[in-house]
Amino acid sequence: MFVTSAFAEESAPAAEGTAGAGAETHAGTAVPGEAHGTFPPFDPATFPSQLLWLAITFGLFYLFLKRVVMPRLGGIIDVRNDRITQDLDHAAKLKGEADAAVAAYEQELAEAKTKANAIGQQANDAAKAEAETARKKVEAALDKKLGEAEASIASIKANAMKEVGSIAEDTASAIVEALVGGKASKAEIAAAVKSVAR
Amino acid sequence: MAADKVDPIHQFHIVKLIPINIGGYDLSFTNSALFMVATVAVASAFLYLTTSSRSLVPGRLQSVSEMAYEFVSNMLRDAAGTQGLKFFPFVFSLFMFVLVANLLGLFPYFFTVTSHIIVTFGLAALVIGTVVVYGFMKHGLGFLKLFVPHGVPVFLLPLVVLIEVISFVSRPVSLSVRLFANMLAGHITLKVFSGFVVSLSALGAVGVAGSVLPLAMAVALTALELLVAFLQAYVFAVLTCMYLNDALHPGH
Repeated sequence: MFVTSAFAEESAPAAEGTAGAGAETHAGTAVPGEAHGTFPPFDPATFPSQLLWLAITFGLFYLFLKRVVMPRLGGIIDVRNDRITQDLDHAAKLKGEADAAVAAYEQELAEAKTKANAIGQQANDAAKAEAETARKKVEAALDKKLGEAEASIASIKANAMKEVGSIAEDTASAIVEALVGGKASKAEIAAAVKSVAR
Repeated sequence: MAADKVDPIHQFHIVKLIPINIGGYDLSFTNSALFMVATVAVASAFLYLTTSSRSLVPGRLQSVSEMAYEFVSNMLRDAAGTQGLKFFPFVFSLFMFVLVANLLGLFPYFFTVTSHIIVTFGLAALVIGTVVVYGFMKHGLGFLKLFVPHGVPVFLLPLVVLIEVISFVSRPVSLSVRLFANMLAGHITLKVFSGFVVSLSALGAVGVAGSVLPLAMAVALTALELLVAFLQAYVFAVLTCMYLNDALHPGH
């Protein structure tokens, strides 16, 4: 079934081929070669034409790609890669700057902290020293007052003790008078009081 | 032409559009040539227009172009090292040409350039030719070290060298036949299943109901062919990179 239909429809292109190729015997026998049942891809009559046109078309294609398309495609891809590396570098640079800024900030912060500590310490020390001097002054004043007070107490005590002696003599002479009825000499009484008062 | 639909071979016919005959050689501008031009035009226009804004942040289409560029660039660098990058335009052109030709061929009624062995062989011969010419230019006779692996016992050497030579010579054949056969087989299968849909539908209501199965198959095959179109372009480019690596570093 295939064979007969193949023969039937092959007569059409064969006739067309002979009409086109003219009276040339070479071409005339070549194209109707299909009529002998030649499988078209194995028909040598078509080889020169196909090779020629393959060479022309593929050659032009090669040149076009090599001269125009590939430089352009390569350029696009290179530009993109350059751009990406450039952007990455830029980002890395910015990150470095940010890190440096953070480090500087932290260093300044630490410096400020130590400075603040030093100032605080200094103020503390100064206040302590001032308080110390003030305290010493007050203590000295108090000591002085205490001394004075003790001195006055001592003098008052001495006076009082002196008066206690005379009072005791008076009292003793009065008691002796009342009990004995005689007068004791003043010197005796004084000696007695002294021995009692030690 | 309506009756042609059932014939899976018809899509591979070469039709002369502008007959040119020089020195007894038939160099006509055919439908194959037309689709080579279309492949180049579509690929060039896509790569050119999507990158015209040169955006720093690419749009969707510009990303596609950039992905293709970097995909091939990494492929070449992995296989052949940074020295291989001098072949980058060549490998990139090959990859884009094969890929776009394969993808264009998936459209109904379009001709698949890579389904003709002479085209794939032409590309493969270009690759191997580049490898041989560059290898001898760069290393002189040292390029022949490619056929003499290190650390092989002397009495085995003739045999190993023979195997290496055969494997090298078969490279252009395997490279071209792999791509050609994949595209050809895929398109024939697709056409056969689509043909079933048409033939069955002609049988009436039962046929239309029955044609759902081949239709589903055709849809699935289209997806598969899309994958194959990418995969074969990738394989072609990867093998090219590996062969170029041999030209750059002939010692194993």
